[in-house]
Amino acid sequence: MQSFKKVKTIITSLDKVNVDTDQIVPKQFLKLVQKSGFGKFLFYNWRYDDQEHLKSDFILNDTKYKNSKILVVGDNFGCGSSREHAVWALQDYGFSVIIAPSFADIFYSNCFKNGLLPIILDDKTVEKLHQETGEIEVDLENQIIKTSSVEIPFTIDLHKKKILLEGLDDIAQTLLYEKKISEFEKQSKIPSVL
Amino acid sequence: MGKTLFEKIWDAHIVVETENSPSLIYIDRHLVHEVTSPQAFDGLRMNNRSVRRPDLTIATMDHNVPTNNRSLPILDQTSAVQIQTLEKNCKDFGIQLFDINSPNQGIVHVIGPQLGITLPGSTIVCGDSHTSTHGAFGALAFGIGTSEVEHVLASQTLWLEKPKPFEIRVEGKRKNPHAVTAKDIILSIIKNIGTSGGNGTVIEYKGEGISDLSMEQRMTICNMSIEAGARAGLIAPDEKTFEYLRGRKYTPKNYESLVDYWRDNLKTDSDAKFEKNYTLHVDNIAPQVSWGTNPGMTCDITESVPFPEDFSKGDQNQKKGAEKALEYMALKPGTPITEIKIDRVFIGSCTNARLEDLIEASTVVKGRKLSSHVRAMVVPGSQMVKKQAEELGLDKIFTDANFEWREAGCSMCLGMNPDILSPGERCASTSNRNFEGRQGTGGRTHLVSPVMAAAAAIEGHFVDVREMDLN
Repeated sequence: MQSFKKVKTIITSLDKVNVDTDQIVPKQFLKLVQKSGFGKFLFYNWRYDDQEHLKSDFILNDTKYKNSKILVVGDNFGCGSSREHAVWALQDYGFSVIIAPSFADIFYSNCFKNGLLPIILDDKTVEKLHQETGEIEVDLENQIIKTSSVEIPFTIDLHKKKILLEGLDDIAQTLLYEKKISEFEKQSKIPSVL
Repeated sequence: MGKTLFEKIWDAHIVVETENSPSLIYIDRHLVHEVTSPQAFDGLRMNNRSVRRPDLTIATMDHNVPTNNRSLPILDQTSAVQIQTLEKNCKDFGIQLFDINSPNQGIVHVIGPQLGITLPGSTIVCGDSHTSTHGAFGALAFGIGTSEVEHVLASQTLWLEKPKPFEIRVEGKRKNPHAVTAKDIILSIIKNIGTSGGNGTVIEYKGEGISDLSMEQRMTICNMSIEAGARAGLIAPDEKTFEYLRGRKYTPKNYESLVDYWRDNLKTDSDAKFEKNYTLHVDNIAPQVSWGTNPGMTCDITESVPFPEDFSKGDQNQKKGAEKALEYMALKPGTPITEIKIDRVFIGSCTNARLEDLIEASTVVKGRKLSSHVRAMVVPGSQMVKKQAEELGLDKIFTDANFEWREAGCSMCLGMNPDILSPGERCASTSNRNFEGRQGTGGRTHLVSPVMAAAAAIEGHFVDVREMDLN
């Protein structure tokens, strides 16, 4: 997995609550069997009209935000379907940080498996960030967001921070516990299916 | 202090526990389908890993399979590739697959319980958010992403932060249980606690309103826990649970001794503490109809489409959300729900496509005809449900009324196969999500129970099924 340490760009503001993963990547694009190339499907129904032309009133289509890597969104981002394709699409498009007052549980967990940093801040701070026009810096090591005028600290679980900073392979780490897993299996009450 | 049922199952599955960090939790059952697994199997191959416990892993194809004639080839090439990929992955890694021609094929959350794979007290995962369905059996069951699918395939475990226990009591007795259903109970709960009301929690549903329900109705309740944001929903097992699983294809050989253990252990202690509580009284609840673009945007059949300012109760973001939802749904505030005309009806999905759902819907349809401007489709949740329904003659009742009778799959719940709405079409659907474009780009979804969907199909608009003369 790719690691994440620091990023500095302008923000893209998508001030909507309850953005579900069906909006992030519509179902017709879930049929692919690889992880790459989902960026072009990101927010598909908001980005393109029914002739597949870019809609001029959607923020991602404004070239000013082309190099933005920080997406600021509303409450309960990523609710609904468990599709990890939502994270792959955000990342493939170019985002590496998502800031929100809250995230849906499965989406939040999926972010850390792919090196995408989700940051939870209080409503008022997120509200202010939506208005921010200059570049901001997100520094994971020091857990701080710097705008031109303020420094905003953020919290993150230390285990998750380490995974992102080092880009660790989760499964390799787990397999170090092979002996414990085998011991657990010996005493388990739940029988095999077959 | 006592423990909740969720905490007991959690504690019994801890492989590694570390302070202030996630715990490594053992997974007893892993259900796999074609859409969220290909990248996970690829990951195993790239790292030269095998599936640790193929004997705890079961696969089927449900999300993008066509529901028309199964003897024909799949026309959508990308769907066909995904289905072939699952076949190859199951063969290469030694996993039992119920393929498109298997009598056991069906929606993964319908076949798990039907085959006796779902067991009380177990941990169950699947790369699908509606895995919460299996919680109806007192299992800790939840949806995971594809990276976690790969992790479970490789290690049969997951690193998880412990969710908080949330108690939802459902009290009282429904006046007309054929017209006011489990679907109306869960939609009422989501309407009241909101779509993020359960975030970070595992819900335990309790009370007379829950113990009165059949196992299939309990599955409808637990299925939609995720629509309230909860990681999982569960119900303590009772004699109905044990009876349901007795004698099924994969019910364990030592089942009765397991039942003895479960009966004594799988319940919340009287002095256990929940982090959150909510109580719904069901004596007077009405059939529910969603009007917006998330399942919390729901009202009684007797009400009108709300005004955004009334719905939002002062929250500006909710108000904006409601305005946008009404624009998408092309609905005017103040319109009585019973005046909303529909174009399509979908009776199906892991929420409401089990045998009882089809029996209940058929009592509304029997001897009547589909409204002339409506197209309606019944998609059984599994091939077993389809066969049982046909043995009862339900297919004939539906087809006599001009409904389409299909093969099993997820179908128009998420429109990954050819069953989709056209832009602007309005659908009464027994599924679980009314998100923008969910059932087809530009399609408008209203979530309802099977009897409400059937009644709307007959009348061409929403009606209060309590007022119909049911056969």
